Amino acid sequence: MNARADGGAPWREHGLTEEEYRLIARLMEREPNYEELALFGVMWSEHCSYKNSKAQLRKFPTAGPQVIQGPGENAGIVDLGGGWGAAFKIESHNHPSAIEPYQGAATGIGGIIRDIFAMGARPVASLDSLRFGSPDNNRTRRLLNGVVAGIAGYGNCLGIPTVAGEVYFHPSYQENPLVGAMCVGLVKTDRIFRGAAAGVGNVVMVVGARTGRDGIKGASFASEELSDADPDKRPQVQVGDPFMEKLLLEATLEILDRNLVVGLQDLGAAGLTSSGAEMAGRAGNGLYIDVAKVPLREDGLAPWEIMLSESQERMLLVVEPDKVPEIRKIFDKWDLAAAAIGEVTGDGFFTVRRGRETLAQVPADLLTDRAPVNLRPVREPEYFKARKKADFQAVMNYGDWGGLLKRLLASPNLSSRRWVYEQYDHLVGLNTVIRPGGDAAVLRLPAAPRGLALTCDCNSRYVYLNPRLGGAIAVAEAARNLAVTGARPLALTNCLNFGNPENPEIYWQFVEATDGLAEAALALDTPVTGGNVSFYNEYNGRAIFPTPTIGMIGLLDDLADRVTADFKAPGDLVLLVGETREELGASEVHHLLTGRDEGEVPALDLGAARRLNDFLVEAARRRLLRSAHDCAEGGLAVALAESALAGRLGVELEFDFGLSPAATLFGESQSRAVLSARAAQAEELAGLARDFGLPLARLGRTGGAVFRLQAGGALLAVPLAEMARLHENSLAEKAALTVEPRAV
Amino acid sequence: MSPKAAVVVFPGSNCDRDCARAWEAVTGEAADLVWHKESALPDYDFIMLPGGFSFGDYLRCGAIARFSPVMSEVRRLAVRGSRVMGICNGFQILTEAGLLPGALRRNRDLLFICRDVHLRVENNRTDFTRGYGPGAVLRLPIAHGEGGYTIDPRGLKALQDGDRVIFRYAGPDGLTPEGGGPNGSLDEIAGIINEAGNVLGLMPHPERLSEALLGGEDGRPLFLSVFQSLAGAWS
Repeated sequence: MNARADGGAPWREHGLTEEEYRLIARLMEREPNYEELALFGVMWSEHCSYKNSKAQLRKFPTAGPQVIQGPGENAGIVDLGGGWGAAFKIESHNHPSAIEPYQGAATGIGGIIRDIFAMGARPVASLDSLRFGSPDNNRTRRLLNGVVAGIAGYGNCLGIPTVAGEVYFHPSYQENPLVGAMCVGLVKTDRIFRGAAAGVGNVVMVVGARTGRDGIKGASFASEELSDADPDKRPQVQVGDPFMEKLLLEATLEILDRNLVVGLQDLGAAGLTSSGAEMAGRAGNGLYIDVAKVPLREDGLAPWEIMLSESQERMLLVVEPDKVPEIRKIFDKWDLAAAAIGEVTGDGFFTVRRGRETLAQVPADLLTDRAPVNLRPVREPEYFKARKKADFQAVMNYGDWGGLLKRLLASPNLSSRRWVYEQYDHLVGLNTVIRPGGDAAVLRLPAAPRGLALTCDCNSRYVYLNPRLGGAIAVAEAARNLAVTGARPLALTNCLNFGNPENPEIYWQFVEATDGLAEAALALDTPVTGGNVSFYNEYNGRAIFPTPTIGMIGLLDDLADRVTADFKAPGDLVLLVGETREELGASEVHHLLTGRDEGEVPALDLGAARRLNDFLVEAARRRLLRSAHDCAEGGLAVALAESALAGRLGVELEFDFGLSPAATLFGESQSRAVLSARAAQAEELAGLARDFGLPLARLGRTGGAVFRLQAGGALLAVPLAEMARLHENSLAEKAALTVEPRAV
Repeated sequence: MSPKAAVVVFPGSNCDRDCARAWEAVTGEAADLVWHKESALPDYDFIMLPGGFSFGDYLRCGAIARFSPVMSEVRRLAVRGSRVMGICNGFQILTEAGLLPGALRRNRDLLFICRDVHLRVENNRTDFTRGYGPGAVLRLPIAHGEGGYTIDPRGLKALQDGDRVIFRYAGPDGLTPEGGGPNGSLDEIAGIINEAGNVLGLMPHPERLSEALLGGEDGRPLFLSVFQSLAGAWS
């Protein structure tokens, strides 16, 4: 009992507080031993227990006719009709990526993919949500290149297309980048598997890679802030082997296909400990693991190291005893290890044994359900009111509107993401119908003619300046990204990235943002089916912008109705649906010109947001839209330019909203979309907009090779080719790798 | 009787099901999936080696897969005259196995690239390309990190003199760009054929654009050409 030697503070080594230690001793009615305390250390970490967020997460709407599986499992599942469901979830892998970007990102992808096939679903798409510091320094470039290469290296090898995502840059992420990985899989609704250790006497097996000393206490690491004093953390980053994961994926789907498994779970954070305890907890059973039977990669691992190892590419299975030989045979075919390491028991205890010796024995529910739920104090930060005031003279007086548009299109946050998504295989699987680069990706589904739309999104500047409103806008924008393709938003998963929750101002951001998120999810009928919380995203005491990233999926009843963002043909009408107001606060243009994050976040009317989505879906169904594109960061001018660039088609536009030219062009009023339509269908489209109570403005027509716009006193004319050059190449240039002109 | 087609599945293959699906979508015939440990195959008329990361691309792309038991059968069928097509990683395996000359190197820019490229059909008198017009320009996706074709000068001359460069990277207008296409390939080579004319290797993915719903059908004639050449042989 080596921990007792350090002067009577055994909890400290395991990241627990003294109060938590006392609580454990009270619940167990005895002092826990070293191994037991190690189990509590990881299971009661924020990462595994959500002790600081649970109370708040309960506010999320999680039910609806479309929801088959809500939060609490490896992944959520929604009904797609035709006997098919989509399993999906997003998770962060921030701290490992800060330290070793390639492996951190790669293993983030690996973990979320295992969560999906643990439900019995074949993964069909990945998305990624990335945040970095300013791209003007080598630290950011190293992280950007490493993370993108890590996602590509792992996802491409697995043959799971990475079809959508987002990349934003802001100094608040300088030392603590965010890497969120989302995966979506398809499952027959009568063949869903769950992570429950049902059936006393059933065998517990670990399959896949052997267990080594990597990533030990990664869950606790994720629950601490980063600082300069962190070189010791390096061994806590795991190393991924996508080839091993590919074999594990195929072997696992094969045994599920043959119905050989009772329950299964990914071995993620806290390894055998959390997976074993969670599987036992879900079934209300007990379970024992014999560490002597776990296949090891190296000698000399202590029992607690085996129990906490986060070696990648492993799964825990619960199977009926007579199925073990057949499972062994299949894993043999794939040259993978499959070992029986324990058994489901009826005693409710999570037991760790070494041969006949019992090393730890804890009631499973104490580990999974009895971590203290912290209701942390909140305090409104001073900046919240102070930053509402902003002076927009820089943009008001800029004058050279064409020049400003060009600057925006070449800016880190608005330039084309082609450099990123071309490193990802986004086509493997033969399902990608709408490719990356637009508002949302669309995949075909086995239940033709249906299609699945996918996006992830968050404007964290909004969330920082007004957490409640920003949280709601993140949901509304994700839903709009889907609706512009013609898809009906179905449900969401979230990746809640915040600073240290023990700081009342950070916790205030968390409570406000999740309240806003919950409100919008309810109003837009997009229940929350899972996700993760990542606190302690700070470096040397400075927190990231609060970033509750939303991953959302939607359904197209008929792929033939799908709409893309690019203008299609000369002579089409260009229109704007939704209301534009004098709103320059929190805008990308203001940040670009001043470097400041300030001003009031644009207003959001959730009723109008819902009506806009319904309008877009109905207009797509009636085939009234030639193109549709979400109007977001950079405002109307940027949205118009993006549709023009995507369609390689100029525009001739003239309109006046009675607002300042700056707000007209670059303000970020919510719930708007840029549309184009055949002139012959303009009346029907206008009628439909009226039915939904939405303003629809005619801006002009498509045609030519110049982006020409006259609005509210602003006049600009930029050749499309010049815009394209700036927009297409600037991210690659900022990433500072050798980039040659496109050869073909 | 219709021609029998198979797709070899190596551990790490990830376009195996895609190839079978495209074959079926174009020809209406199913293709068998064959596990790499098979050491006796029926006399398939057409064998596809799919894209992916066989054995994780560890050591070198295709370098381990060439030792799989199934490869001696692929060689036997190639000698027999069956059509063999290697796409992407499959092309790499064919060069490692010596069924096609040359090698595929790391892309010039050192990055994995997934995007549509244009190709010019250099020889439409093969069993794989009869369905294309002379000098046809195709749009097909590439998705690889190691696609830069290279070969010694004598080997290159043999390919050129034998009309065995089947596809070259080109611009949308069909003109050949400077500098080796998207990946730095020697002579802009995207696909080659063996001397006997029955083993084709190419880096672009015809299976990914063989259905209009996916954004193009330029891959379709390739599968159809093989099917028809075999159906002709069968009739």
